[in-house]
Amino acid sequence: MPPILPMLEQPGSLATLDTRASSSGHVLPLELRRLSLETGGRRLIDSVDLKLEEQGITVILGPNGAGKSLLLRLVHGLIAPTDGIIRWGGMPMDDEIRRRQAMVFQKPVLLRRTAAANITYALGLRGIARSERNSRALQALELAGLERHAFTPARVLSGGEQQRLCLARALSLDPEALLLDEPTASLDPASTLSIERLLIGAKHRGIKVIVVTHDVGQARRLAQDVIFLHHGRLIEHQPAERFFEHPKSDTARAFIAGGLVL
Amino acid sequence: MLDLSHAFASALWQIVTLDPQLLEIIALSLKVTLTAVTIATFIGFAVGGVLAVDRFPGRAAVAAVLNALMGLPPVVAGLIVYLLLSNAGPLGVLQLLYTPEAMIIAQVILITPIVAALTRQTCEDLLEEYRDQLRSLGASSAEIVMTLLWDGRYRLITVVLAGFGRAIAEVGAVMIVGGNIDHVTRTMTTAIALETSKGNIALALALGMILLAIALVVNVALMGIRRLASHFAYA
Amino acid sequence: MRGAFGRRDVLKLALATFALLSLAIPISRAAADDFIIVQSTTSTQNSGLFEHILPIFTKKTGIEVRVVAVGTGQALENAEKGDGDVVLAHSQPDEEKFVAEGWGVKRYPVMYNDFIIVGPAADPASIAGIKQAPDALKKIAEAQASFASRADDSGTHKAELKLWQQAGVNPKASSGSWYLETGSGMGATLNTAVGKQAYALTDRATWLAFANKDDFKVLVEGDDKLFNQYGVILVNPAKHPNVKAKEGQAFIDWLTGPEGQAAIASYKIDGQQLFFPNAHPQS
Repeated sequence: MPPILPMLEQPGSLATLDTRASSSGHVLPLELRRLSLETGGRRLIDSVDLKLEEQGITVILGPNGAGKSLLLRLVHGLIAPTDGIIRWGGMPMDDEIRRRQAMVFQKPVLLRRTAAANITYALGLRGIARSERNSRALQALELAGLERHAFTPARVLSGGEQQRLCLARALSLDPEALLLDEPTASLDPASTLSIERLLIGAKHRGIKVIVVTHDVGQARRLAQDVIFLHHGRLIEHQPAERFFEHPKSDTARAFIAGGLVL
Repeated sequence: MLDLSHAFASALWQIVTLDPQLLEIIALSLKVTLTAVTIATFIGFAVGGVLAVDRFPGRAAVAAVLNALMGLPPVVAGLIVYLLLSNAGPLGVLQLLYTPEAMIIAQVILITPIVAALTRQTCEDLLEEYRDQLRSLGASSAEIVMTLLWDGRYRLITVVLAGFGRAIAEVGAVMIVGGNIDHVTRTMTTAIALETSKGNIALALALGMILLAIALVVNVALMGIRRLASHFAYA
Repeated sequence: MRGAFGRRDVLKLALATFALLSLAIPISRAAADDFIIVQSTTSTQNSGLFEHILPIFTKKTGIEVRVVAVGTGQALENAEKGDGDVVLAHSQPDEEKFVAEGWGVKRYPVMYNDFIIVGPAADPASIAGIKQAPDALKKIAEAQASFASRADDSGTHKAELKLWQQAGVNPKASSGSWYLETGSGMGATLNTAVGKQAYALTDRATWLAFANKDDFKVLVEGDDKLFNQYGVILVNPAKHPNVKAKEGQAFIDWLTGPEGQAAIASYKIDGQQLFFPNAHPQS
């Protein structure tokens, strides 16, 4: 079993970003009841029931095609379910809730402007005053170790740097929940390490982190609790240690062991 | 056989000595077309952007009509504007017929569909990449349109150039609504038509070359900007 | 204030638009006060007559004359719509109808010139020197030699059709084979004629001014039937209040008066006079 990385404390200068430590409780719990997504006769998400109450990093794990990305998009409000309900902190899924979240996609999506401008753009959308935008953007860049690229065109950066930038942008928005869809799937190990450190840092600042991954190793390193999906169904939801030591289902056991789960 | 060389020479002489009549014609052509392009760009960007972003009912029909209008013959556009601005027409009171303003209006009608249709395509292509992220960040439809337009700015330069090309080259619309009046509404293209009808073929050709040269300069300048852009991975 | 694009950006955008739109204003000489619009024919324009006589009128009266040159049919159509103050054309029957129907106030004769038949030096139908124009046309039809017609409802076109009628030939039956209906102005039709080595009926003024003659010659001239009379009419302000009756009449008075008539007579190309003034003296 690979060693769990030492947890890194973030510099104190970033304390100003930390306004949510106590209040991320507002968006929790995340409750899903009979959540389904059906297209063309196929049930892509099949009647998922879930209650997510704890802080920390939740990992959504499963083989490719299990519906993990779809589930994330559903709880972020990018797709509408065909059945069932989603509740964040007792409130229905809508634009207001989405504003309190931030999402990072598998492939980094950056505008044709500088790294810093990408962040100030997002802050502008949130209505942050111009005077504040620059300082917050720079803080976020420092957090991600990208401050020397502040005025580099974002799309010129390497894959790993771009993804870190996307994460920095998400964090600059001060979200209560941070959702990530296979953020390191196409990155080299060093970049993966940076990203994972940032996620752990975010967790420490009280942000609820939900990460989708098919990488068991990454799940082991990050997860507090694991949601295991297969064929659109929620197979298991357990605290991480228990899941990895004693998975309840055969599919989970097979998947953890590294087999191909059809 | 045409005595091209002699006539070309005298035409070039006109250019070199900056013949005031020639300059007047060039200035009018540029002012009419550049103004029309500017107005059409504002309208076209907005329409194209909204069409790409907003999923309103009937969207496909509007897009189809827009694409069809790209093929609107200039002379037909001219006729429509003429009938509107004629003293016997609904907008006769404006007394705009046979003025450069009428020519601008006609060219705006010609260029806007091209700009709108190509802008829509550009924005749709960008949206493929950006849609989820922008929605995640909470951008409204209007904000998405503005973002796409700015982000696609270098591709959109080509779109504007397409509109410019169509306008600077056309003669049908400006001839009908402008009347090719000496010193008032005579542009390069209508002057070329006139000289051709007077049999001054070589002069007409020379004017045509000047027109091409101007269009070339505009294109080179704007494509140069594009080059710079791709150098910085903005394109 | 929400959003990445605030009121400041919209304002900047609006100012930019306004600034650019105001570009449109300085270019408009059309805003000049004293001008009239004359609907006239392509033959008159192509001859260069207007460049010669109009500046004289403008210098005297300060009234600018803007000429829109189209075929006679179109000129009268436009005038019926009120898109002109004065009409100068050369198709007497149509002009008189125009006045009779109330669209024009009164028709004044202005000047005349003549039509000629031009053709390639090779002269396939051998019409050179024939005295009667209809006879020449008959020979062209019999030889099925190419003939380019304006076919655009103009004064020249109507004169041409009358000659065919007098020749007892219906050329339209052969439209597309040897009878080429270009539907264009005089100059464009001449270009086609030269390009196709075809005969054409043209007014002498346009022909003299035409620069693309190739090896073409004047083959038939002098027939009374080739007489080409020009008339000028004020568009009826009772039908169209926007008509500038005062300035328009001033132009007509000048054109038909001693100064205008002299100006017309003084217009020459290569020493040849193109138009012959024949307005009735003002009483």
